[in-house]
Amino acid sequence: MIGKKLSRREVLTAAGAALLTLAPGVKLVDLAVAASKTANASKDEATDNLVRWGMLVDVNKCADGCTDCVDACNDEHGLRGQNNHNSRPETDAQYIRVLDIKDKTTGKQYSLPMMCQHCETAPCVDVCPTGASFRREDGIVLVDKHTCIGCRYCMLACPYKARSFVHENLTDQVPTTPRGKGTVESCNFCVHRVDRGEQPACVEACGKLGHQALLFGDMNDPDSELSRQLREKSTTQVRDDLNLNTGVRYYGI
Amino acid sequence: MARLRHTTFSGNSRGYRVLLVALGALVVNGLLSARQMDQAGHWVTGMSNQVVWGVAHVFAIFLIVTASGVLNIASISSVFERDVYKSEAYTAWARLSGLLAITLLLGGLLILVLDLGRPDRLIVAMTHYNFKSIFAWNVFLYTGFVLIVVVYLWMMFEQRMNRFVRSAGIAAFAWRILLTTGTGAIFGFLVARQAYDMAMMVPLFIAMSLSFGSAFFVLILASLHQHVHTKQKVELLTRLRMLLGNFIIAVLFITVIDHLAKLYAAGLHDFERFILMDGGIYPAMFWFGQVLIGSVVPLLLLFWRSKISGNISMEISIRRLVIASGMVIAGGFAQLYVIIIGGQAYPLALFPGMEVSSSFFDGEIASYTPSFHEFALGFGGIALALLITILVLRVLPFLPQEDQLSGKQT
Repeated sequence: MIGKKLSRREVLTAAGAALLTLAPGVKLVDLAVAASKTANASKDEATDNLVRWGMLVDVNKCADGCTDCVDACNDEHGLRGQNNHNSRPETDAQYIRVLDIKDKTTGKQYSLPMMCQHCETAPCVDVCPTGASFRREDGIVLVDKHTCIGCRYCMLACPYKARSFVHENLTDQVPTTPRGKGTVESCNFCVHRVDRGEQPACVEACGKLGHQALLFGDMNDPDSELSRQLREKSTTQVRDDLNLNTGVRYYGI
Repeated sequence: MARLRHTTFSGNSRGYRVLLVALGALVVNGLLSARQMDQAGHWVTGMSNQVVWGVAHVFAIFLIVTASGVLNIASISSVFERDVYKSEAYTAWARLSGLLAITLLLGGLLILVLDLGRPDRLIVAMTHYNFKSIFAWNVFLYTGFVLIVVVYLWMMFEQRMNRFVRSAGIAAFAWRILLTTGTGAIFGFLVARQAYDMAMMVPLFIAMSLSFGSAFFVLILASLHQHVHTKQKVELLTRLRMLLGNFIIAVLFITVIDHLAKLYAAGLHDFERFILMDGGIYPAMFWFGQVLIGSVVPLLLLFWRSKISGNISMEISIRRLVIASGMVIAGGFAQLYVIIIGGQAYPLALFPGMEVSSSFFDGEIASYTPSFHEFALGFGGIALALLITILVLRVLPFLPQEDQLSGKQT
């Protein structure tokens, strides 16, 4: 037994010193884990909130009449409409679409892609009765196709009209995007690609043409290109009045 | 005062059998439509990614709101018995009021469940809960309502339990207010939509339930005319006249305030112009359906007295009440159609003040044409509610009887 009795001050000092020694180490471990997630992105690992995936849309670089992001998305997720063609646009699913916008007062016109904004406080997640709409730790908002009952309340709640309901039987599905008649779906940031360490299909397609209007990355990593640009540019959240802290930000609107 | 006696429905007329078959056919028709929607997918309905809830939801919400409202009769008999409403007439019909509350709710829930994209996953809805979701609250509010009203009915039926009727009645009354609060909140708490996002939806739905429920009960009483003659029926109908009138005024008042509040906000002017003036079917249903047929004419029928003829006879008064009640129900459907479908048809304002267009119908008024399947499902829900009601009436003594009439007694 230790003979010397420690005073309260000595105990607190020692604890403080230990904390100061350990804390940077813990922080370093966190950063290393986050970095390995970004780099290796093992499929079997659970996600965590050290990463928050996000996107910046530079509206000035979004080319007029270009729908490459939309086409790439439709190919990636197998969104073909009934009988493999867009025969019923009112019920066909769209994960991403191009909005043509005109200012009624000034006449200024521009286009931008609109999709699930991967909100931090997502209204779709709040209203889902079964919890099928959920937000992954890394910020990606998803629908669990096994617990979605197809009530469509999330579609009413989404401020961005980002969600589609599967209105018909599906054939020739893409294995990486399992879909189901009678359930709701939306942009998932190509979660299967992100987990492999790749970029979402729309971002890749936009980059191929050299437009570079879409930038994807980790909003929590201060050194990521996305964070750097978000820091430097004055970006906007669509419907920022709702204070949803969206994962998709726009520059140039 | 002689104790009230109740009896089963003993009529076995041709009319009764025809009604049974007709209601059964409507239920089967609704089930067949639901099966078609389930097998082919919802593209066979008029619903789309723009209008995600259609006319079947109008029927469902009408039934759910009316279910809580129809309990008025029982509530007045046991909750407010100490005031001027104390009347044997209410007590006499309290049992039927409780039965209808349960069956109408079941009819509404049947529609909601069968309209789901995955009705086979009802078990998922019963086992997975997100307690931040108003829908999840409603699952408990609905099941709780049925349970409480069953207990309430038991207290009424079982003579030894009669002393607990008031307690059960108060619980049921509180629960039904909560239930309609939950239904109104489904819309009122949708921050994204300009048509909704109004806490006013909650009192509006409560007032609607009181109004539609009273009107529905009047129609049920009137339809029992040939089979059941009780002095309580006439007395009750006389009393319901004032009550229904007040409820119609309450709905109208909240509707006016709701629109005035929206008209005050510049950001909602375009929406108000759409729903009150330019929106085609929706302003038509609002002005002619809800306001004229559902409110103004019924109020005139209930309260207008000619200066020349003075007081009108009770028979005419009751006839007017029945017509007014039918009109309130029709106006109620119109009102729910405008709220539910009109609210979705108006596009979301992602960029206020901008003109927006896309391949996904952004910035456009959504078109919606209800399909046969949706109507079939809606009428199937109403038919189920009535079918269960008239079957239960035959086996349990729900209907009041006068002492001189013969029949089973409790």
